Amino acid sequence: MATTMITTLDRSSRAATRGLSDISIRNLFIVPTVLFLIVFNIFPLIYSLGYSFTDFRASTNAPANFVGLQNYRDLLNDPYVWSNFAITAKYVIISVAGQLLVGFGVAMLLNRDIPLKGLITTLLLLPMMLSMAVVGLFWKLLYDPSWGVINYALGLGNFEWLADPKMALYAVALTDIWMWSPFVMLLSLAGLSAVPKHLYEAAAIDRAGPFYTFFRITLPLVAPILMIAVIFRTMEAFKTFDLAYILTSQPTAELISIRLYKMAFQEWQTGRSCAMAYIVLIMVLAITNIYVKYLNKVKER
Amino acid sequence: MAAVRTSSEIGFNRVAIVAVLVVTIIFLAPIYWIASTAFKPRNLATTIPPTVVFQPEISPFVKLFTKRSQLRSPPTPEEYAAAPWWERVVFDGGEKIVRDGKGQVQWSGYPSRFLNSLIIAITSTVLAVGMGTFTAYGFSRFKVKGEADLLFFILSTRMLPPVVVAIPMFLMYRAVGLNDTHIGLIILYTAFNLSFSVWLMKGFMDEIPKEYEEAALVDGYTRMEAFFKIVLPEAATGIAATAVFCFITAWNEYAFALIMTNRRAQTAPPFIPSQVGSGLPDWTVIAAGTFLFLLPVAIFTFLLRNHLLRGMSFGAIRK
Repeated sequence: MATTMITTLDRSSRAATRGLSDISIRNLFIVPTVLFLIVFNIFPLIYSLGYSFTDFRASTNAPANFVGLQNYRDLLNDPYVWSNFAITAKYVIISVAGQLLVGFGVAMLLNRDIPLKGLITTLLLLPMMLSMAVVGLFWKLLYDPSWGVINYALGLGNFEWLADPKMALYAVALTDIWMWSPFVMLLSLAGLSAVPKHLYEAAAIDRAGPFYTFFRITLPLVAPILMIAVIFRTMEAFKTFDLAYILTSQPTAELISIRLYKMAFQEWQTGRSCAMAYIVLIMVLAITNIYVKYLNKVKER
Repeated sequence: MAAVRTSSEIGFNRVAIVAVLVVTIIFLAPIYWIASTAFKPRNLATTIPPTVVFQPEISPFVKLFTKRSQLRSPPTPEEYAAAPWWERVVFDGGEKIVRDGKGQVQWSGYPSRFLNSLIIAITSTVLAVGMGTFTAYGFSRFKVKGEADLLFFILSTRMLPPVVVAIPMFLMYRAVGLNDTHIGLIILYTAFNLSFSVWLMKGFMDEIPKEYEEAALVDGYTRMEAFFKIVLPEAATGIAATAVFCFITAWNEYAFALIMTNRRAQTAPPFIPSQVGSGLPDWTVIAAGTFLFLLPVAIFTFLLRNHLLRGMSFGAIRK
């Protein structure tokens, strides 16, 4: 074959005779995944959309009756459901704010020459890699009022963490903060290490105080990454199920996922829970949309 | 930071080091506590003040794997002498290992749950990473109509609370008999992890220079050969990291497992908490089960430390 013939044209003709064309490879690689996700993620949702307009109960053999928008109307008028949303909002705010404070604080401390910095960072990442269900279980052991280590260490006597209606949600949030602050720390460290050193040198030459340096240099430059952490953690905290479900059964700590689980698999109000799932789904999609838009913006910079 | 270090700055550095140490200890204390409880004799697990120094025992692990009953009276000396060491450990705790009619030791529910976790997590990881790698390459190298929308669709499937997806999946699985089967959970976890693996792998694929394959194509490779012989080896690190992330997610998953399985295909996360039950739970056994369950994840965390940031943020932040 003459060297001059090795061109794009030649390549495509050879591909046509010897291998698959780029377009068929593209389809071969992408279509199965998309189909798989449609069958196992989108189809079930369409399936449940149908049920959300019925009074179907999966625990009986009674046929489902079409009830129109009744389920949605009932749910949106149910103060109990609204209180679940309020509890979830409170939980999201407390735990995300806590993670932001602790995570960013630790990152600020770690962002210097510290012996064993790599090892310490890795060790701090352990909590977030663990199973939320199992973490909930062993925090129950730590929170135990009569012989839990936390009460002993803090000298709180028989303080009830999980059985007290007022305290339960904070206890769950505290565990969540323990678990996920490392995530915020990790992102913050990445942000802090990207701040150009010469800015700090210039600030030092100008005799800028530490507060001025922090609020005018560090914070604005780390803010985009912190924002990613906030959106990400908000989404995850909104979804929380395992941790709260295992830690406590207090109605004051009943997050929306737990309400949904009970409605669907304990009260067997299948039709209504499908409607509820749709209300939650729309909220999550809205947050996800904001997240992805923001992500693309950050990636472009 | 600044070129010239003042004495107050060095002092602040020392304070920061001490603070970091304190924070590290606080963060690791719960994990240490569960690990140490797993090696405690039962009577020391719930003492006040908490027992920190003790003679470590293996008895919680023996108890974890076997079925036992409370001893009404202490074993006879002959019985005690004839028993292997691990049965004596249980005798010492006032319990007796239950045997079936043929004298075989009866296993507890834990080993089969642990095995289920392994089978389901590994299989779904292989499937998700395999499919994800191909799809990511497709998105990375070829023009796809509506690529951004498709990628958003792929990602959004993962953003839903598991319970939302679980309700219709439960009904569908019940209709086709996939409830409480390994295949059912494997499919669910594959679908769940696939979106993640596509996003993460696309980031890794984007980083492999296109010129490598183009050179291979010029050398007479087909596109497929170039993918398998040039791209895949280049992407090996990314594939490994993605696989570990998928494995950890599937390994830790609770909500789907709780809803979709109850016995045969049940994984460890819903099983371990169910053992707390009523009455006085034996926390040493629960801690032993938890400790074994957390061990693989702890090891993987160390292997994965350089990729963690990327994986946790869906590839948004690179190192």
